[in-house]
Amino acid sequence: MTTAAPNTVTTTDHSRAVADGAHSHGVGGTPQGSRAERITSFDLATIPVPTGREEEWRFTPVSRLQPLFAEAIDGHGIRTTVVAPNEVQVELVGRDDARLGTAGTPGDRTAVTAWNSFAEATVVTIPTEVVASEHVSIRVEGIDTVATASHILVHAQRHSQAVVVLDHLGSATLTETVEIVVDDGAHLTLVSVQDWATGAVHAASHRIRLGRDARVKHVVVTFGGDVVRVTPDAEFTAPGGDVEMVGLYFADADQHQEHRLFVDHAVPTCKSRVTYKGALQGAGAHTVWVGDVLIRAAAEGTDTYELNRNLVLSEGARADSVPNLEIETGEIEGAGHASATGRFDDEQLFYLMARGIPEIDARRLVVRGFFTELISEIGVPEVEERLIASIEAELEKSMSVLGA
Amino acid sequence: MSTLEIRDLHVSVETKEGPKQILRGVDLTIRQGETHAIMGPNGSGKSTLAYSIAGHPKYTITSGTVTLDGEDVLAMSVDERARAGMFLAMQYPVEVPGVSVANFLRTAKTAIDGKAPALRTWVKDVKVAMEQLRMDSAFAERSVNEGFSGGEKKRHEILQMELLNPKIAILDETDSGLDVDALRIVSEGVNRVKSTGEVGVLLITHYTRILRYIKPDFVHVFVDGRIAEEGGPELAERLEAEGYDRFLAPQA
Repeated sequence: MTTAAPNTVTTTDHSRAVADGAHSHGVGGTPQGSRAERITSFDLATIPVPTGREEEWRFTPVSRLQPLFAEAIDGHGIRTTVVAPNEVQVELVGRDDARLGTAGTPGDRTAVTAWNSFAEATVVTIPTEVVASEHVSIRVEGIDTVATASHILVHAQRHSQAVVVLDHLGSATLTETVEIVVDDGAHLTLVSVQDWATGAVHAASHRIRLGRDARVKHVVVTFGGDVVRVTPDAEFTAPGGDVEMVGLYFADADQHQEHRLFVDHAVPTCKSRVTYKGALQGAGAHTVWVGDVLIRAAAEGTDTYELNRNLVLSEGARADSVPNLEIETGEIEGAGHASATGRFDDEQLFYLMARGIPEIDARRLVVRGFFTELISEIGVPEVEERLIASIEAELEKSMSVLGA
Repeated sequence: MSTLEIRDLHVSVETKEGPKQILRGVDLTIRQGETHAIMGPNGSGKSTLAYSIAGHPKYTITSGTVTLDGEDVLAMSVDERARAGMFLAMQYPVEVPGVSVANFLRTAKTAIDGKAPALRTWVKDVKVAMEQLRMDSAFAERSVNEGFSGGEKKRHEILQMELLNPKIAILDETDSGLDVDALRIVSEGVNRVKSTGEVGVLLITHYTRILRYIKPDFVHVFVDGRIAEEGGPELAERLEAEGYDRFLAPQA
């Protein structure tokens, strides 16, 4: 069945955008229906264990995520620490807390297992009209690689303002839900950093619900871990919402980093901007970016643009990039997307070195240039400094490989 | 006074069928202040000469020497050659996404001089050089060569040559693909560098057209990987009239 919308539906598929930068429009390998028809449910039985052939799993090494597909996940492999200024409320609540499960609905197997398995949820509330004096830090430390489910709710109440930094480190096998509820007129920046140690397997479902005139900056940074798959969904529930989704990733040899976004323009006059950039180096480094944007028939005055760029630094790495834009109304401000995957190759190295620039500086120049603009958009100085340091550390790793 | 000396240079390139000899004994001496034109038919090895001197990894030097003021150029890495005073304006400049022209120029200048240029004079130097090459100031913020037209790429190469002050500049078919206006602008840039008397220029070209704008002191005809004939500017005029046929005639 195709979508019932009377207006045009436009989809494009950049799934063949591999290292050489080639990509095609409209002729993807897998036929796919409207994103609106994707099954979502809180019920385990409705979303079965994937085979890997499903649209939403086709790029993923599903065998490595098997522990997170189980019906019951009862490990305690993480330690969560929250540091917040006094005006922000932090609670640990039971599964039956009525505030949980209000932002969106699980849309894949790991999201539904996370919802059905978590024991207690961490709830961070920025009360009405409160402007948080400092950023809130939620630190998730992996202490054991037993399969674990967790749930975090960040609730920015009406006209509040805050920055929340969610950190992941150590090693874990974790399926995690992050609910982000942003009420009318609230401004929230949420930064999720996946700086896992080797061995970590992490699936995260970020579900963002925006109220009227709510503004969200959602930042995802992925450096570490063996397999990391983050699926941020943003849903507008009232006019005037504004979401800016920024992502930055750096995959080394044999790392799989996947980011799948969905922006649901269900109501009029909302704005979304998605900008994800990634670098890859080393054999077996694999990144996947999928950006779905749905502009429903009612969403007149929508303004959306999404961009993914990948920089392949060495042979044997693969970047998949698939922007999908579905438009069910012509009465919009603007809608667009762009995807490009380029490689830092011997010719670039020769060109820069032929201008006197030593090899190590040439590589730094290219990678820094690639990320700098994006980092400055984050707007949280301590996070920006940390990211620059992390990128330098990733580059040092690549330099030592070259020097070997 | 700087001198680049190429002696009996033999160069091969790796192909699927094994190594293929391209240069077969090139002898050439270029002094600061001189302008040499190398002309020749397609496939004669002109570009190979340029890229071998610059140190492109694709080419293997099988014998011969290249020295700059007695220093062994072939023993230097690509970046060392540039810092020693060599410059290659490329026929196909490479795109470097994410690196702005401004950042690239400053980084290159810093590497070549061994210290960062004084900010105020540098900004002014770049601005003036860009204006002279009729490059819009917005150009500085674009990524290196990304989305540049053919003419923009060539002007960008000449811009670098003007700002980096090399001792020896090799221009590899800088004229190819340029319309008359762009050719004139690019030639003016080369002539500004020439007029300082401090640069030795090796102008590699297939056509005589650019030699109407840039006057060579010496013309070398390149055929089958070596210099077949040498002379003054009058040789270029003869080639214009006769073409390369006389060099390509089958050996009796």
